[in-house]
Amino acid sequence: MSVVLDKPAYTTLSGKPIERLYTPADLADFDPARDLGEPGSWPYTRGIHATMYRGKLWTMRQFAGFGTPEETNRRYHYLLSQGQSGLSVAFDLPTLMGYDADHMQSEGEVGKCGVAISSLADMETLFDGIPVEQVTTSMTINSPASVLWAMYLVVAEKQNASWEKISGTTQNDILKEYIAQKEYIYPPRPSMRLVTDTIEFGVKHVPRWNPISISGYHIREAGSTAVQELAFTLRDGIEYVEWAVERGLAVDDFAPRLSFFFNSHSDFFEEIAKFRAARKVWAQTMRDRFGAKNERSLLCRFHTQTAGCSLTAQQPYNNVARTALQALAAVLGGTQSLHTNSLDEAWALPTEEAALIALRTQQVIAYESGVTAAADPLGGSYFVERLTLDTERDTLEYFRKIDALGGMIAAIERGFPQREIADASYEFQRALETQEKVMVGVNKFNTSDEAPLPLLVIDESAAAQQTEKLRHLRASRDNKRVSETLRALETAARGTANTMPYILDCVRAYATLGEICDAFRTVFGTYEETSIT
Amino acid sequence: MPDRRIRVLVAKPGLDGHDRGAKVIARALRDAGMEVIYTGLRQTPEMIVSAALQEDVDVIGLSILSGAHNALVPRLMQLLRDKEMSDVIVILGGIVPDADIPQMKEQGVAAVFQPGASLEDIVSTIHRLKDKN
Repeated sequence: MSVVLDKPAYTTLSGKPIERLYTPADLADFDPARDLGEPGSWPYTRGIHATMYRGKLWTMRQFAGFGTPEETNRRYHYLLSQGQSGLSVAFDLPTLMGYDADHMQSEGEVGKCGVAISSLADMETLFDGIPVEQVTTSMTINSPASVLWAMYLVVAEKQNASWEKISGTTQNDILKEYIAQKEYIYPPRPSMRLVTDTIEFGVKHVPRWNPISISGYHIREAGSTAVQELAFTLRDGIEYVEWAVERGLAVDDFAPRLSFFFNSHSDFFEEIAKFRAARKVWAQTMRDRFGAKNERSLLCRFHTQTAGCSLTAQQPYNNVARTALQALAAVLGGTQSLHTNSLDEAWALPTEEAALIALRTQQVIAYESGVTAAADPLGGSYFVERLTLDTERDTLEYFRKIDALGGMIAAIERGFPQREIADASYEFQRALETQEKVMVGVNKFNTSDEAPLPLLVIDESAAAQQTEKLRHLRASRDNKRVSETLRALETAARGTANTMPYILDCVRAYATLGEICDAFRTVFGTYEETSIT
Repeated sequence: MPDRRIRVLVAKPGLDGHDRGAKVIARALRDAGMEVIYTGLRQTPEMIVSAALQEDVDVIGLSILSGAHNALVPRLMQLLRDKEMSDVIVILGGIVPDADIPQMKEQGVAAVFQPGASLEDIVSTIHRLKDKN
């Protein structure tokens, strides 16, 4: 076999050209005092804490959920017993779309991509034996986020846990749903109101909760470039801040609780530069655009997940190597928490064995590699600083374009970010076809006979079990109270009141997720996008 | 029939919104000279079959990533039989484990494309299936 390389295209995974060598001449516009600072100091390029991982390792937070609440509860107990430091709930598609497990649209989907949660009763089962004051819980839920959060808050009430003390994150980032992941229910503006309701409620009643995790992960998975991921995510952040300020909240009261979620893809240095630029751009935005004074308002705290779309179905054990490199980039980029994907996830939700290797990968980086000892170890690298500055410049250019369109909602309504991402993803696929970009085992170094991988099979009985629980619930609860609370919610939704207290009342009465979302559907209508292909 | 461009309905059934694959395929088939209609998200089998009938397509390309193919594909294939549209070629792409492929083929799915399939392979398969039809 020939070892002569084809004419190489030296570009990042996102297509940005890379020079052979970087020298001080490439950093003529770089001012360390202005652009770099120190870890824990303005402009936070080097990290949000002075001590970084000496002070506290990142949170190892593996996203998990499948089948019934009972099955997922068992997986949580297992993950906690193996040294995982926080929980992260994956919900199934019906839950994400605000349908109960027994809804017609839920057919074939119950428990498949996550755990099925249709009511407070399911949420109680999910956290059975898990003291919510002692763990932090992240919930990947968007359009119906306020409902699932209300269920968690009522579980806390029932455990006698104080809302003042519990901590966690609801993803609750609806804008990236219209842009990329497409799990939306209502139109953008009423959806933004619901998000703002949670931010306001959190400030007043659940001060340690992160009401939103502004997410680039899904934007990247949809095929965006690294810069598009960063720019659209931070610009979404600006939109949420504007809505909360419009609501009458002081920026320094809520901005410290805004958190972010990024993808860590396969181009090592491009990703590290993205994380470093994220902190700098967000700090500048909060100070200069919103006049934030509280230092904590300036900090871009983020969770990272390795890139699901980089995993290959072919030669799946190679995914362990990919994930390790991506996780290392996230750590060198200064992430606050991390999910590492499992080797079998191009095929299915992970088996317990595969999920454990993924967790161990993080532990190897944390405890063996030595990279946690010095903060921002790549700071000052000519190459990394150049990439960081370029990422910042290109991100600000997207800000200008989106501002000119009238903000992110107007840009979404015109299909601007959607079109940018569709173009980038097609370009990447074309580069794979021509082998300008390589995926090992897919378009190069293929093998023909592969042993089948053991896969997690979701028991088809989850749907029947959840349907039976709903039947029992609807028969045993106080249905008069259910309809009263739902009516009150509908009235609140028609007005301008914060909807959270009304949702909490519905949840306490064991109204189902579908019933609560139907009340909102009645008032707000549903959203249909114009598809861009 | 005179040489007519191959008409393809790219369809995304189920609740899943991950449409990167469907959109890339739609564009690639268009670039390969086919006429492509994309249904958009969250189409029921009934809506897909009705769109296929109205648009008089030769091929339906289903994109399913959520694991719901075992529920959705048999329903769609039954509807095609009921409407005497069995001449429409159905292909499926997405996260379909090896173990499920025989059942998909038994249902009448002409080809299944798993993660990592190349655009070239998908285009040439459609041409081959169309020539056979």
